[in-house]
This record gives sequence, C-alpha cells and structure tokens, in this order.
Amino acid sequence: MTVLDSDTTSSTAPRQTLLEVNELSTSFRTERGMVHAVDGVTFNLDRGRTLGVVGESGSGKTVLSRSIMGLLGGKNVIREGSVRYEGTEIIGYSAKQMSSVWGAEMSMIFQDPMTSLNPVMKIGKQITESLHRHLDVDKDEARKTATALLKSVGIPAPEQRLNEYPHQLSGGMRQRVTIAIALACGPKILFADEPTTALDVTVQAQILDLLEEQQRERHMAMILVTHDLGVVRTRADEIIVMYGGKVVEQAPTQTLFAERKMPYTEALLRSIPRLDMPSHTRLDAIPGRPPNLIDPPKGCNFAPRCRYVQDRCLEERPPLVPADSPGHFYRCFFPIGSPESVEALARNSAAGTPVGVPAPRSTTPTEES
Amino acid sequence: MAGSGTAHLRDPQASLLRAEHIVVEFPVGNTGLKVNAVSDVSLDILPGETLGLVGESGSGKSTTGRALMQMPHPKSGSITLAGQELTGLKSNEIRELRPQMQMIFQDPISSLNPRRRVGDIVGEPLKIWKRGSAAEQNALIDKTLEAVGIDPAAARSRRPHEFSGGQCQRICVARALVLDPKVLICDEPVSALDVSVQAQILNLLQDMKERYGLTMLFIAHDLAVVKNVSDRVAVMYLGKLCEVGSPDAIYARPAHPYTRALIDSIPSADSAEDKHAGARLEGEIPSPVAPPSGCRFRTRCPGAQELCAQVEPVMREVAPDHYVACHFPLHETAVPAPTAAS
Repeated sequence: MTVLDSDTTSSTAPRQTLLEVNELSTSFRTERGMVHAVDGVTFNLDRGRTLGVVGESGSGKTVLSRSIMGLLGGKNVIREGSVRYEGTEIIGYSAKQMSSVWGAEMSMIFQDPMTSLNPVMKIGKQITESLHRHLDVDKDEARKTATALLKSVGIPAPEQRLNEYPHQLSGGMRQRVTIAIALACGPKILFADEPTTALDVTVQAQILDLLEEQQRERHMAMILVTHDLGVVRTRADEIIVMYGGKVVEQAPTQTLFAERKMPYTEALLRSIPRLDMPSHTRLDAIPGRPPNLIDPPKGCNFAPRCRYVQDRCLEERPPLVPADSPGHFYRCFFPIGSPESVEALARNSAAGTPVGVPAPRSTTPTEES
Repeated sequence: MAGSGTAHLRDPQASLLRAEHIVVEFPVGNTGLKVNAVSDVSLDILPGETLGLVGESGSGKSTTGRALMQMPHPKSGSITLAGQELTGLKSNEIRELRPQMQMIFQDPISSLNPRRRVGDIVGEPLKIWKRGSAAEQNALIDKTLEAVGIDPAAARSRRPHEFSGGQCQRICVARALVLDPKVLICDEPVSALDVSVQAQILNLLQDMKERYGLTMLFIAHDLAVVKNVSDRVAVMYLGKLCEVGSPDAIYARPAHPYTRALIDSIPSADSAEDKHAGARLEGEIPSPVAPPSGCRFRTRCPGAQELCAQVEPVMREVAPDHYVACHFPLHETAVPAPTAAS
C-alpha cells in the first residue's frame, strides 16, 4: 500500500471524534406536565466505532437517537445541551438545514421494516429518492447505484426487486431494503433503532452481520439502540445503559459485563432467561415498572425496584461517577461489588423488606439527629 | 427436518390434547396454488404439561396452535381433547368446547378492546356462558384479576390504554383464565414485552399453571424463553416438526442441524466469545407455497446430502425420549427400535 492511497490512510488514521454529545436533554411539554425523556446524556463517538444504547421501553433510548438526529419537531419539544457533529453544533439547525445532514451524514434504520417503508411506492423509487436529493445523479445512474446497494445488502435478483413493492418481500428482506436506503448516500453515522427486534433469530444474526460488514467497509460509526443486552454484547465497543431518561451506567463493553456497578444492569441480566438455566427456573423478575417521567421519584429513579435500596436512595439523586476502569461511569450510592452494597443487601434481606423498600434503620445517625 | 411421523407421540390414553397428522393449507388467491402452512404435524400434550413450540416466523407454529383451536379447521388429521375428536364437529359443538381451550396472544394491547373497561373485558366470557349470578361473576372477576397481580378495585373501571403492556398481558391472562380452562394456548405471549416485564409474565404463567392446573402449549421464537417454561419442546420448520424432546436434552445436545443453528444464532449476554460462533444459516425460510422436496430444511442445511432431497425423514428416537426427523442427526445413541424383537 502506498501513502498516496487516500482510502487506506483515512481508515488507519488516528481516532477521529465524529459526534460529541454533551449534557443533552430532551423534554416534551404535555397536558399532564413536562416529560423528561432524556436527561443530561454525554458521550463521544469515533469513526468506525459502535455505541450500544440499552434500555427498556420508556428509558429514553429512542428519543435520544431521534433527538441527536433532530427528528423531533414541534414547539412542545425542548432540547437542551449540545450535539456537535464533526465539530459543528447542530442543535439549533432548522429542519431545512438538517435535511442536508439526514441521509447524507447521518441516517437511521427503524425497528419495523414494514411500517418504515412506503407500502405504495416501489422499492427502487424509495432508494433512489435520497440519491436524487443529495447527489447529483441522473435516473440511470441512480438505478445502477440502487441495484448495487441492494446487492451489497444481500438481496438476490436486485434488478427485479427494484420494481417490487415492500409487501412482496419477507421481513428480513425488507429490513435489508431499509438498510440499503439508509446507506444510499454514504452516511458517516448510522443509527440503528432496534433493527432486529421484529426479525427471527437466524435472520437477526444475518442482519447484524450485514451491519457490521457495511460498517467496516464504510468506516462508519454506528449507534445501536436495543433492549437486548445479548445483541450489544457482541457488537458494540461501548455501551450506555439508560433508565428513566438517564444514563445509569456507561462503559466499554468488556468492562460493563465484567465489572458492572449499577444494580439495574445486574437486575436486567438476571431477569433474562438463559439457555444454560434448567427449565422452570424461577426468573428474577424486576418488580414494578419503569418510573413515571413526568413526576420522577425524588431520589434514584431505580430505587423503587432495587434490591439494594437504602434510605439515602429515596432521598438523594445519585450523580454519575467514574469507576476504577477508564471510561466506566455509574449512577449509584451502593455500587455492586463494594462493601456498602453487600451490607445494604444484607440489611434488606435481614429485615425481610420487599424489593424497593429499605430496611428500617433504627440506629442511624440521621434518624437520631 | 422437515419430517413426518408419530414416533414421538405417547400413550393416547394419557394425553389431554393430541393432534395426529394435521394439515393446514391456505389457497393463494385463485391461482390454484396453496400455502402449505402445516404439513402432517403430530403432537401430544399430557395433562399439566407445557409443550413449547419453537420456530421462526413462517414455520407454521401459530397456525398449528390455531388449528388445535379449530380456527381454522385443519384440512385433514385428527385432534382430540380428552379423548373427544374435535375435527368434524359442527361450529356450535366446537363453541361448546371453547371454554375448555383458551388462548392469549402476542400483542396484549391490541387484543383488548380499547373502548371497554377492564372489568367488562374479563367478565365477558362469564356473561356469554351465563356462569352464576351477577354477584358471583363480580366476585370471580375480582378473584381472577387478583390472581394475575392486578388490583381489581383500581383496575375494573379503567380502560386498557391506562395500563402498561405487561399489565395488559396480565389482563389477557385473566380473561383467558376466568372460565377455568383445561388448556391454555399462548402464542408468543412475551415477545412484545420488555425484558424486565417478560420475566414477570413468565413467572405469572408458571404460577397460573400450578394454581389452575393448566395444560399449556407455549408458542415462541425465543429458545431461552421456551426452555424456561416448557416440560417438552418441539422445534418446527416450514410446516413440519424437526425435533421433539425434553428441553434439557434438546438444548444440551441438539440432534437436528436446524436446532443447532437456531441455538447458535442467539446473541448471548453471558459470553463474549460466541461472536460468529457456529455456522450461520444462509438465506431465509423458503416459500411454503413450493416447499423443497424431501427434507424441507435441506436447502439451508450445512450437512444436506442427496438422500435429503429424495426422501422425507421420519421422526425417530435418537436418545431416550429425544426424537428427531433427520437422515443425518448430529448424534445418535443406539436406541432399541420399539417395534423390534417380540
């Protein structure tokens, strides 16, 4: 390889930060009050890297990705904080300004490939639409590009598919089409919002492989939003765990699984049935439900469902603090593995209080004072 | 895998629900073609047992579940509930049997009428079947809601949209259980739910099974979920059964290449090493309009041979109570042929 080969040099260049998200908050003004869907999220994303965003429904993971992309319009949406794309602040961009970013710089694939494709438009037209918009191409060229794209996402007989409608394809094939559309203009960041949730496991593996392969070829950054810790475990470089609109744990993937600190992360892992469990194993379900984002609890969002909960958790909001490993942050007063957490759990189980209720502390200084 | 046969069936006297050689086909417009949704599937469920039926979409697992309910009637084959033949019954006779077989569905929110109150939704089966006086019905509604973990006092006058997905699924379970059915067919009951809530519903179904003495058919695509709830597992592919056995046997030592591939496709949150482990299945499930000849899995099978295209494999025992329909199973221990000797 020669130094003149620009492609090679760019892909081996030192890490380039593509996206810097700083204290991003997104709220919705509703009749019942303000919904704080995303609350102070901070992260950086480098070229070619994958960030996994994990959370349950209502955790704010989808709003986070839409907020970064500026897809949430309307006067009832309040965005605060900063989103810098290649060093440029894009948070104040109008929809018109964003339309040069969408598709060309950032694009998104959604969960349900049936509803994210237009059912009455031929697949060819859906792919060439953004090509015409962003790149100066004529009809033939656009069609050729579309054929090549369909081929690259593994669709057999791509020429023929261009003239078909979405309902003529299977779910996996449709998701491949949405990926082709998202990749059409060579975006630098791909947001994949639950890209495989609607698909079968064997197809899920194929689609995740495809995304990984396209990402490598294009040296693209990816934000993989999912509820499935198994999906991000093998695919993401770094993981953000969200709960009630807040980042509760953030770490490089290996660190997160090896040294998890946040009781919520642990509870999530414990609640998933695993293949190595004998059948009829009683699952450690997380009791209760995610917090109300209009009127969140006074203390830690997860406290009402936490095994380690103490009085302090109900009173005070834990900050996001760094752990020992670099790049690892968590939001808990009683992090897992610490002597405090062992003591907290022991105290709760000794008192026999249900999950989410701290043991009474008859001799605590706070109560005596 | 796409095999037929009944070697895996047990004593007809012992089973509560038994299906033999059921076939379900749907016409494709007026083209004369047909979708072979379920082709010669046999299965049986003992009283109090949970049979897990796994497969990808398009494998015919939901259609099998619905055929057991006679919705639609299978084209051929026999289905018996506690010894009573269901196929061939008139619709009013089937209707009489419906209270014994209830079903819950994947999407709990869309399977509840948004305009009705929870108390009415759960109480409707009692009204239809005129079970007891109004006061008795009310008491039973309260009792059932309580059993599924919903506070009746707060919930009865509210409508489904005021509840989360997990709570709606609890309400669906209550509606199915209020008539005290013998059989509960669960069609992907947790796949629309969050992981933390999924565990709650799986535990609930286990509790309800014990409390109401239910026999269950649990249809799902998630192997880990199926393993968790089932006493016996059947793997389906393109309208045929591939492998039947105890969950522990099937997951520890799958004998069918399809089962192996399914297990290998699961991204695991437990180990990072499984990245790209095992052979990926190529392509997708073929069209059930023109299924492959011989073994229906052969077009995607890494170990397919010529024989597989010619002869359809028949279900046979590869280990005690572990049955597989494959010419070249991944393992086989000598099992004395049941028909041999004497």
